[in-house]
Amino acid sequence: MAKVTYIENNGTEHVIDVKAGLTVMEGAVKNNVPGIDADCGGACACATCHVYVDAAWESKTGTKSAMEESMLDFAENVEPSSRLSCQIKVSDELDGLVVRMPESQH
Amino acid sequence: MSSSDAHVVVLGAGHAGGTLVALLRQYGFAGPITMVGDEPIAPYQRPPLSKAWLKGEADEDSLALKPLEFYAENQIDFRPNISAVSLKRADKVVELSDGSTLSYDFLVIATGMRANKLPLPGAELSGVLSLRSAADAEALKGHLKPGRHIAIIGGGYIGLEVAASARALGAEATVFEREARILSRSACEVLSTFFTDYHRARGVSFELGAHIDSLVGEGGKVTGVKMADGRTLPADVVLVGVGAKPNDEIAADAGLETARGVVVDLEARTSDPAIFAIGDCSHRPLPLYDRMFGPESVPSALEQAKQVAAAITGRPAPTPEVPWNWSDQYDLKLQIAGLPFDADRVLVRGDPASGKFAIFHLKGDQIQSVEAVNAPPEYMMGRQLIGNRKPVNLDRLADPTVSMKEVAA
Repeated sequence: MAKVTYIENNGTEHVIDVKAGLTVMEGAVKNNVPGIDADCGGACACATCHVYVDAAWESKTGTKSAMEESMLDFAENVEPSSRLSCQIKVSDELDGLVVRMPESQH
Repeated sequence: MSSSDAHVVVLGAGHAGGTLVALLRQYGFAGPITMVGDEPIAPYQRPPLSKAWLKGEADEDSLALKPLEFYAENQIDFRPNISAVSLKRADKVVELSDGSTLSYDFLVIATGMRANKLPLPGAELSGVLSLRSAADAEALKGHLKPGRHIAIIGGGYIGLEVAASARALGAEATVFEREARILSRSACEVLSTFFTDYHRARGVSFELGAHIDSLVGEGGKVTGVKMADGRTLPADVVLVGVGAKPNDEIAADAGLETARGVVVDLEARTSDPAIFAIGDCSHRPLPLYDRMFGPESVPSALEQAKQVAAAITGRPAPTPEVPWNWSDQYDLKLQIAGLPFDADRVLVRGDPASGKFAIFHLKGDQIQSVEAVNAPPEYMMGRQLIGNRKPVNLDRLADPTVSMKEVAA
């Protein structure tokens, strides 16, 4: 279990206990947190689960696959801290993780 | 009546209905919500059924859109194993299969589609399956193992995904397609040929232009596919993937306009202002292409769920999205944006033999659709160019050494 803080673009915070093994995307979607659409359900096919990972957590959230890198390269409002949250697996190590959401996923 | 005390009744607890009820609460809708579904379980994702589920990489929890307790916690009255049998629009009442009735202020029809049956002798044999639901997938799963032979009738995306899963599990697979090529309804010849070759190289057999006489069996169980030319090919299980039809009868019987699906507008509203229809059972406008269409896709269902949630809660209607879809087979990710309506030219960017390429369908110098295989830049930028209708330089688009960012610049 890890506590993950999801911050909507308007500043609203959602602190969620996410089971280890789920992705950061699933933690949001299964708890009805707004701002992460995840149209493809985690197939890395749509880039609608885009989040910004707080700098302190970048090393712990793993490296991007070529597919993720490539999808993000063409998404909107991309920053160096951008990730697709369906590609970050939650573990106890990520307890305290903070992710922020872009203005829109579409 | 204000929208805060309106009763929203959702018929169907699939991807569309399940997404809608969650969005209504996300958008602050506080009125009562009732969702009925004819399956025993809460709304779940169907796309993994032909892939991760068959391969044992997904379970019921991971497939569920929301955990079961979500519905009670959010005052959503979810009733499984129930379908609607009739709709009385004048009284705003639906009659359900358990004999009860529900009064609604807003009704949302999200009843999905059902698989077409194979109109051939032997279709009723045990071991002849279709794949729409988790129960269907569970029935299929046990058959996919070494030494078993699956006959897949219909060379569409579901059939091809199952063929790939079958091979991954060590089963033999044969795809039977009535047309001269697979994916004939949804993809161009370049893509059909590519997928046929890719599957063949991984051990899948194809019977193209196949005339099937009947399915044959022993003791009520299917054992083979008998061809019109006299051959009988062995099959321990048969997957029928020959299309689906919308469950729109309840709407048609109540006098709502239907046309291969319930006809809706850009708010997903039917010809009755109190009734919406979303997902596979709907026939919806595609403003980008100036026509009506039944997209049969998850992204379209999600978009329509947003349209209805916005309409009921008084939010502005969401911006129309570019239709898209995807398919995973082996190590291939196919991403499709747009639809090839009115296209007058097909342009292939990259070499299909490299396993990484994209097919653009063009109308003049505008991209109408793109089918991208392991090519996210072509898909992502193609989708944007389809949406903003920006003309492109075709020579640059055809040259893979020119990046997609430069093509779009």
